[in-house]
Amino acid sequence: MKTHKTKTDSSIKEIFRFEKRTKMKRILIGTNISAGFPSPAQDYIEGSLDLNEFLIHHPAATFFVRVDGVSMINAGIHPDDILIVDRALEPSNNKIIIAVLDGELTVKRLKIENNLWSLLPENPQFPAIEITEDMDFHVWGVVTYAIHKMK
Amino acid sequence: MKKKDIFALIDCNNFYVSCERVFQPSLRNKPVGVLSNNDGCIVALSDELKKLNIPRGTPGFKIKHLLKKYDIKLFSSNYALYADMSARVMEILYQFTPDVEIYSIDEAFLSLVGFEHLNLTDYGKKIQKTVKQWTGIPVSVGIGPTKTLAKIANRIAKKHKGYKSVFNILNHPKTDEILASIDVKHIWGVGPRYAKMLHRHRICNALELANAPQNWVKKRMTIVGLKTCKELKGISCLDLEMDISPKKEIVSSRSFGKPVSTLEELQEAASSYCIRAVEKLRSQRSVASGIMVYIATNPFKDEPQYVNFANSRLSTPSAFTPDFLKLVNKDVETLFRSGYKYKKVGVMINDIVSEENAPLDFFEPSYLDDERKTIMDCVDNINKKRGNNKVTFAKVGTKQRWKMKREKLTPQYTTKWNELPLVKD
Repeated sequence: MKTHKTKTDSSIKEIFRFEKRTKMKRILIGTNISAGFPSPAQDYIEGSLDLNEFLIHHPAATFFVRVDGVSMINAGIHPDDILIVDRALEPSNNKIIIAVLDGELTVKRLKIENNLWSLLPENPQFPAIEITEDMDFHVWGVVTYAIHKMK
Repeated sequence: MKKKDIFALIDCNNFYVSCERVFQPSLRNKPVGVLSNNDGCIVALSDELKKLNIPRGTPGFKIKHLLKKYDIKLFSSNYALYADMSARVMEILYQFTPDVEIYSIDEAFLSLVGFEHLNLTDYGKKIQKTVKQWTGIPVSVGIGPTKTLAKIANRIAKKHKGYKSVFNILNHPKTDEILASIDVKHIWGVGPRYAKMLHRHRICNALELANAPQNWVKKRMTIVGLKTCKELKGISCLDLEMDISPKKEIVSSRSFGKPVSTLEELQEAASSYCIRAVEKLRSQRSVASGIMVYIATNPFKDEPQYVNFANSRLSTPSAFTPDFLKLVNKDVETLFRSGYKYKKVGVMINDIVSEENAPLDFFEPSYLDDERKTIMDCVDNINKKRGNNKVTFAKVGTKQRWKMKREKLTPQYTTKWNELPLVKD
């Protein structure tokens, strides 16, 4: 059987390029052929707004993660919110980042002062974490938006 | 003369394991393995697992006694995750050149013609760094004047840590020495049988093959072998293959978790793969008129063997699942012989055309214009919102005893809203 040649495993039959999931709304221009005056707005149709276009600048580098905790509550990041994480962005001072700390993903604000890195929570009940060389730490990505459902 | 080719081979390191590690950082520096379908053999190994001298292909149950001792983590294959991560890696590669051949889920050839003015090793490093930062997936980059040499360069980039995962063999002063260090069995396109034959004739490394008499190589290894031989000398014979036309066929098949021997279960499984395939057909906005069904026993078991397939056609192209289900179930019934233990069933949809190019029929209603399309759109929408297979067809059964075994499956971190990675305090 001829399929896309794949050397790794026979059960993967196809490899797609990145698929933009957004469906463009089809705008039916001039579908109404009945007699009468054409819509005066017809000339002004510009398409609809696409949230992906607004929120995601590097699709291949963008991931969604879900918040499980309250340490960033004063930054407007609540439990169960979805964060949009762009790994293409460089972490810098004051950015909210996803960090790997001791093998776990955590969300904090990054503080860089005199080459000293620390992770700051935005909730007084949590301590700041100073990054030292012996720590298992790296930056996983930079948070660009939080999606919060209103109660 | 042809313009001088330059290829880069980008290969993801231990790809399946690397995908798991992106979302479970605690797996770093641990021996990790990913199992094949039905949690069978270890198909992907981390370097740490390789160091324990566990060869690729070892059945998972055989190392059960070692799991605790060495803190080995084994996972079921999470293809949804690997496919998504692969698509991301490939998408990133297009930033570096428009000419990309996606060779497999974790490998791509790039043409770097037109980038000669750059330091190509540095360019390779940039590719490697970008993919690593954007996706978390480590890759190795091999650069060479032919695809075969780019493969060899990639091997060197991987094996010798000093090169930091990027190696350029183009115009390398020690090309001969490098080739002499590569066993013929590790050359791309030289299978184990040819490798043995070459060793018998004292052609043991890539340099010796490059310098072997061409007539002899052609006689023993056909024109394909001759091309390999020329490519080792730096004469490019293999171009990038970039076929981006919409898929001409869609395949859906799996091996069973347990062997199946009843017609009913075989039909259930075939129906479920058929549903999946027709769904894919709709997602690429196409219709089709042909379908092939095949069933097979397990060739690795010492049992009576039976393999057969059937082709059937619809009178007009469609993407309405029940149209295909009818054919599939009839075909499975025709193919079925009792007394065998079946291991696999598959369906392949062919004669695919895009919706715009679908031929019209004067005598039969077109799928695109009648309620069949409305129904399928509705089903697809519900499934998209509520998760896969919330709405499906009764024919797939309820027990699904045949379903693939995936006991150690990690979440679909990147393709399911309710399985996103969690970030903690």
